[in-house]
Amino acid sequence: MSRYWVQRLGFALLGLTALAVVVPILVVIGIIVFEGMGAISWEFITAMPFDGMKQGGIFPALVGTLLLTLGTALVAIPIGVGGTIYLAEYARDTWVTRSIRLAIINLAGIPSIVYGLFGLGMFVLFLKIGTSILAGALTLAIMTLPVIMITAEEALRAVPTEFRTVSASLGGSRWQGIRYIILPQALPGIITGVILGLLRAAGETAPILFTVAAFFLPRLPQSPFDQTMALPYHLYVISTQVPGMPLRIQYGTALVLLALVLSMNLVATIIRSYFRRKRQW
Amino acid sequence: MMFAKQQVETANASWQEFVIEALIRVMGFSTIGFVLLIFLFLLREGLPIFYKVPLSNLFGMQWYPTFDLFGTLPLLLGSALITVTAILIALPLGVATAVFVREVAPDWARELLKPMIEVLAGIPSVVLGFFGMHVVAPLIRETFGAPTGLTVFTGALILAYMALPTIISVAEDALDAVPKSFRDAGLAMGATQWQTIWRVVVPAARSGITTAVMLGMGRAIGETMAVMMVTGNAARIPLSLDSLFKPARTMTATIAAEMGEVAQGSTHYHALFGIAIILFLLTFLINLLAASTIFKKHRRGGLR
Repeated sequence: MSRYWVQRLGFALLGLTALAVVVPILVVIGIIVFEGMGAISWEFITAMPFDGMKQGGIFPALVGTLLLTLGTALVAIPIGVGGTIYLAEYARDTWVTRSIRLAIINLAGIPSIVYGLFGLGMFVLFLKIGTSILAGALTLAIMTLPVIMITAEEALRAVPTEFRTVSASLGGSRWQGIRYIILPQALPGIITGVILGLLRAAGETAPILFTVAAFFLPRLPQSPFDQTMALPYHLYVISTQVPGMPLRIQYGTALVLLALVLSMNLVATIIRSYFRRKRQW
Repeated sequence: MMFAKQQVETANASWQEFVIEALIRVMGFSTIGFVLLIFLFLLREGLPIFYKVPLSNLFGMQWYPTFDLFGTLPLLLGSALITVTAILIALPLGVATAVFVREVAPDWARELLKPMIEVLAGIPSVVLGFFGMHVVAPLIRETFGAPTGLTVFTGALILAYMALPTIISVAEDALDAVPKSFRDAGLAMGATQWQTIWRVVVPAARSGITTAVMLGMGRAIGETMAVMMVTGNAARIPLSLDSLFKPARTMTATIAAEMGEVAQGSTHYHALFGIAIILFLLTFLINLLAASTIFKKHRRGGLR
């Protein structure tokens, strides 16, 4: 009977390992929420920083991050979804298609700081857009593409082949089938992918270091060609570059960023599980 | 008349479809274009360093850009040491968790674990770096007596958790791809579930688990903010035994910390782009290796 004891012991050990993965996540969130709560107030969210950022709020950084995320979405969603439709619905298994897949895998693996340098070299300097929201959003969009495409392709491929054949048998063209049958069915999965991609973009610091981010700029950007503060960069700045920064403000900023990203994560999870239950195939 | 009008309409529709389909094709191909563009621009800004500065300097032991010393060796070794340590921590944790989630855990535990791991994947690296600075580093300082607590080990610990979501999800897919008949056969031979897992299922998923580790490694090498905030950023050769508990500096952190202060077009500027070329090629290689195991889709026997 002893080997069943080995199994029990082994399973218990596996369970403990899983705990060792999960508990630190809860501790990180718990500590940041606990320490950061004290800083959160209406003023903290909606006021300009002043006195060397040691007082006031994080409003311009928050707005900057929202604008950057919006810009990223405007560029990444059409290209990402369009490219995915090509891959999942049109492309045959040729070496070209395989190179596209390889390109996607590679884009997913390129370090975020390398994206930052690319954005600096191409958008800021070569195209002379300058350090701006536009340059940052373009950089972040390219970084977000693989996340969107990998998830969206899974969603498109999950739609059963019968949907395509039935659409064709009713006289629909290929594009009509995609537009009216396949896309609506795959939409929840695609939206999930888009949100997961965008939340990554919202939290990134390295790609915006040299393309967008302003150290301290207590006003809102007026156009896409303006610099802006951004939450992740702001957190980096106040926790490493500004001596004597009150810990409360640092934790508060971390909490706002964490809350922003986790709420996007929650929305994605809800959409996915809701539609998975509703789906009839 | 009716007939002619209808024909015009279909012609219009098919013309529109032609445009849409062409556009979609371009978008599909754009991904290749982006990879090429990225590489092109890195080369454009980074190549000059390789003929401006002699190779003996570039692969030297000292990185002091102010004295025109661009030895990348300490940075390469710093990245390597941190990445390897991180993977050594993440590999057992990740594989065990994947096995637990896929093979052992009751449904409720799985429903709890998977979203938590997704949450971990979503936490911005700057937040983890911040947490590392304020919570993990003091712990390391008190436990191991490292002067600041900003050490290779601190960075590796944080990196390990950042690589975990990738490792767990890819390893889980690999376990998922092992046919059920393998498990049935193991159990039918009288093996316990535990024995079947470690002697049949995990070995069968070996190539997928290797992919998982490689992708995790790619993630770890490229990580910037968290590493920069918790490893102390000293550009020294980390080869002595106690290097784990000393500060070090990675390639990524060097770029992030110094690019803001260099003049465009200076040697230092080109050197930082040169490091980016090395990083690009490294991650390209790692992903190529990982992808080749993905593309094989080589499942040994059995029906799915």
